[in-house]
Amino acid sequence: MMNFEIINRKNLTEGIVEMDVHAPRVACAARPGQFVIVMACEECERIPLTLVDWSCRGGWIRLVFQEVGVSTYKLGMMDVGERLYHVAGPLGNPTHIDKFGTVAIVAGGVAIAAAYPIARAFKEAGNTVVSFIGARNSRLLIYRDHIAKISDEVHISTDDGSEGFKGFVTQLLEKRLADGFKPDLVWVVGPAPMMRSCSVVTKRFGVKTIASLNPIMVCGMGMCGACRVRIKNEIRFTCVDGPEFDAWDVDWDELLHRLSAYREEESYALKLFLESRGIKVSR
Amino acid sequence: MMVKPKTRIPIPKRPAEERIKDFNEVAVGYTEKEAIEEASRCIQCPDKPCVAGCPVGVDIPRFIKFIREKRFEEAYKVIKERCPIPAITGRVCPQEKQCEKMCRLAKIGQSIAIGALERFVADWAEEHGIYIDKKPDQQIGKSVAVVGSGPAGIVVASDLARLGYQVTVFEALHVPGGVLVYGIPEFRLPKKIVNEELKKLKDIGVDIETGVIVGKTVTVYDLLKEFDAVFIGSGAGNPRFLNIPGEDLGRIYTANEYLTRVNLMRAYMFPAYDTPIHKGKRVAVIGGGNTAMDAARTALRLGAEEVYIVYRRTRREMPAREEEIANAEEEGVKFLFLVQPVEFLGKSKVEALKLEKMRLGEPDETGRPRPIPTGETITIDIDIAITAIGFNPNPLIPKTTPEIKTDEHGRIIVDKEARTTMPRVYAGGDIVVGEGTVIEAMGWGRTAARTIHKDLTST
Ligand SMILES: Cc1cc2nc3c(=O)[nH]c(=O)nc-3n(C[C@H](O)[C@H](O)[C@H](O)COP(=O)(O)OP(=O)(O)OC[C@H]3O[C@@H](n4cnc5c(N)ncnc54)[C@H](O)[C@@H]3O)c2cc1C
Ligand SMILES: Cc1cc2nc3c(=O)[nH]c(=O)nc-3n(C[C@H](O)[C@H](O)[C@H](O)COP(=O)(O)OP(=O)(O)OC[C@H]3O[C@@H](n4cnc5c(N)ncnc54)[C@H](O)[C@@H]3O)c2cc1C
Ligand code: SF4
Ligand code: SF4
Ligand code: FES
Repeated sequence: MMNFEIINRKNLTEGIVEMDVHAPRVACAARPGQFVIVMACEECERIPLTLVDWSCRGGWIRLVFQEVGVSTYKLGMMDVGERLYHVAGPLGNPTHIDKFGTVAIVAGGVAIAAAYPIARAFKEAGNTVVSFIGARNSRLLIYRDHIAKISDEVHISTDDGSEGFKGFVTQLLEKRLADGFKPDLVWVVGPAPMMRSCSVVTKRFGVKTIASLNPIMVCGMGMCGACRVRIKNEIRFTCVDGPEFDAWDVDWDELLHRLSAYREEESYALKLFLESRGIKVSR
Repeated sequence: MMVKPKTRIPIPKRPAEERIKDFNEVAVGYTEKEAIEEASRCIQCPDKPCVAGCPVGVDIPRFIKFIREKRFEEAYKVIKERCPIPAITGRVCPQEKQCEKMCRLAKIGQSIAIGALERFVADWAEEHGIYIDKKPDQQIGKSVAVVGSGPAGIVVASDLARLGYQVTVFEALHVPGGVLVYGIPEFRLPKKIVNEELKKLKDIGVDIETGVIVGKTVTVYDLLKEFDAVFIGSGAGNPRFLNIPGEDLGRIYTANEYLTRVNLMRAYMFPAYDTPIHKGKRVAVIGGGNTAMDAARTALRLGAEEVYIVYRRTRREMPAREEEIANAEEEGVKFLFLVQPVEFLGKSKVEALKLEKMRLGEPDETGRPRPIPTGETITIDIDIAITAIGFNPNPLIPKTTPEIKTDEHGRIIVDKEARTTMPRVYAGGDIVVGEGTVIEAMGWGRTAARTIHKDLTST
């Protein structure tokens, strides 16, 4: 039986939490690239979070998430010893890991943590791993040491130039590709607009790219269709057919507008929630 | 002997204008007096034609006789011999196509309200704390894994636990019950009733583990190592699409997403519950089954001003339960018949739906007249669309277990006794029939339990 107790919790940086949860069945089945559906409480939403690490022996899974809305704030407020209401997984198809040669890992923001198990698996499969990680500023560059440990090279960008290349991580990738860097595969995860620009860049240079999509989900098991995306003009469900797809085949505009479907409701709910807790945030 | 049949006692319902303001149950159920009066209409046919119409063979005249004699507890026991969840079937069975259709009185007047009586007895038993589900005194020392906690899984678990098997139910979602909790709305089947039935399952020793997706968290192979047999009742929850232009515009839901948000996640209580839903003013629901009726009536309760059911045939061909079509009409749902959606229009959100007018032609393979396009189109303004055009079987388990063969529609192939093509693995319910009914799924569950018991004790 799984009890979903939080056995470790720490703030990686402002607004980003790392949490280890007791979930032995998930831990023993997990593979890189899969995710779980989590409910912090009974009234909470079902939200998808990537499996960042896990231990079958220890019976735990590790999640890293950014506090962006009610669900992730509520989750972030939970402490060691408390239990999540529900965890289901592992969901989605594992990353196709093989020896490709050189694999470029491109990750932005909180998703750097999500890229870590995949980068590690590519490395273990004998690839040369070149990682490109970016964030708004140097403080938000989470998991850089993890990434550094399993990468042959790490390239860093920040939007404000507080560390590494000043600009977006996709611009950094573009620069390297223009300089003659020739990976055999690009694997990208991050905010949808970032993945879209990555796809545009790699298409120009002809490097096959796999993107890990993050649409809104409800069931996570192919039953509701909330996560549908258009791949090569066909309807696919991210939770069971993905989450990874060939980036060039994705209808990015559709993904972006479906992601914003509840923006009004989300910010209304967040405002209410934060006020009820007496928290002030300027956003 | 000529008797002029008395007319049927209608099941009391809350008035339409009141009930569309909330999610509470529409039908309030018979009083004792009404139940006895309705039961007295039954002419106790010795050949019991009604029983043949019930997929699980409830001894209808016998339980009705007990009602007439005011022996409600005995009536309850009679129903429970065959149907483990009468509070649910009494409410959701398409009786007019099953038991009530075969009732002798249907031919000369109005059939006995068998469903309403069944519901009355079950509710009475609950109110009076009548508990006849008991943990068996002896365990057989064998164990069975049940995948999915819909009606099929509930019956397999309940039958086998009663025989002394150690049963564990694995359910992917955070609450058990299948379509009974995520699909069928509160106003038709209060979740409290489903929970009571599930509690009885636990009382007889069944373990229910939620959050386990068989095929992902554990495989059928893993289960076969731990258990003597595996039953698959994973349902048909894979929504179909129209595949017409504009279908990816905002605010177009599948009925499953819409109903799951409202029923399972309680979006109607947003923001007290965190899951949001778009309420909309003008809603088009595409389809003519129970799912479409449920979505349309849910939309009304969320505050929509105009709700349309868009169906390509006519009222007569609609597959939904008659009672729910009538309820939807009473509540003000508007029906557009003989129209087929051809395009959703809008910039980023849906703004209108273009429909092509149809006419009825020769019967198709389902025996219903085939709708034929006329070329003429109309357009209606909407701000929410919900597609309820059917489901495919959930592919997860067959995909991860190639030994379990499926047909061309993705339904698991079983023999008459619910055995799949893989030894020690059984299946039933919607994963086998495609889109069936609650009671059919239960019938499969019963068959599978019998076969499992036979197979496990014969060796
Ligand atoms: C397969 C998958 C894996 C994911 N893994 C992680 C992870 O490991 N860590 C993590 O922090 N997040 C992850 N996400 C995103 C995460 O699910 C959302 O951040 C979360 O659902 C937001 O819920 P909320 O109620 O806190 O915010 P909401 O109130 O729902 O949203 C607040 C803001 O966040 C934006 N947002 C909502 N959903 C997403 C999304 N899916 N992607 C990007 N922005 C979104 C909204 O547009 C809005 O601006 C993943 C998503 C998917 C589909
Ligand atoms: C909106 C709606 C209204 C309906 N109204 C009526 C009605 O009024 N009357 C009527 O008779 N019928 C009605 N039906 C049909 C009826 O609900 C179904 O025929 C019946 O529920 C099928 O039962 P089942 O046990 O086969 O599957 P389901 O009820 O679908 O249950 C399957 C369960 O298995 C779980 N599951 C799936 N895959 C896995 C997995 N890999 N691992 C673990 N768990 C899994 C699912 O989460 C689900 O809980 C309706 C259906 C819908 C959708
Ligand atoms: S279980 Fe359904 S079909 Fe059978 S008698 Fe009861 S209402 Fe009729
Ligand atoms: S067929 Fe109708 S009247 Fe005859 S026994 Fe059955 S319910 Fe009673
Ligand atoms: S989240 Fe429900 S189908 Fe993917």
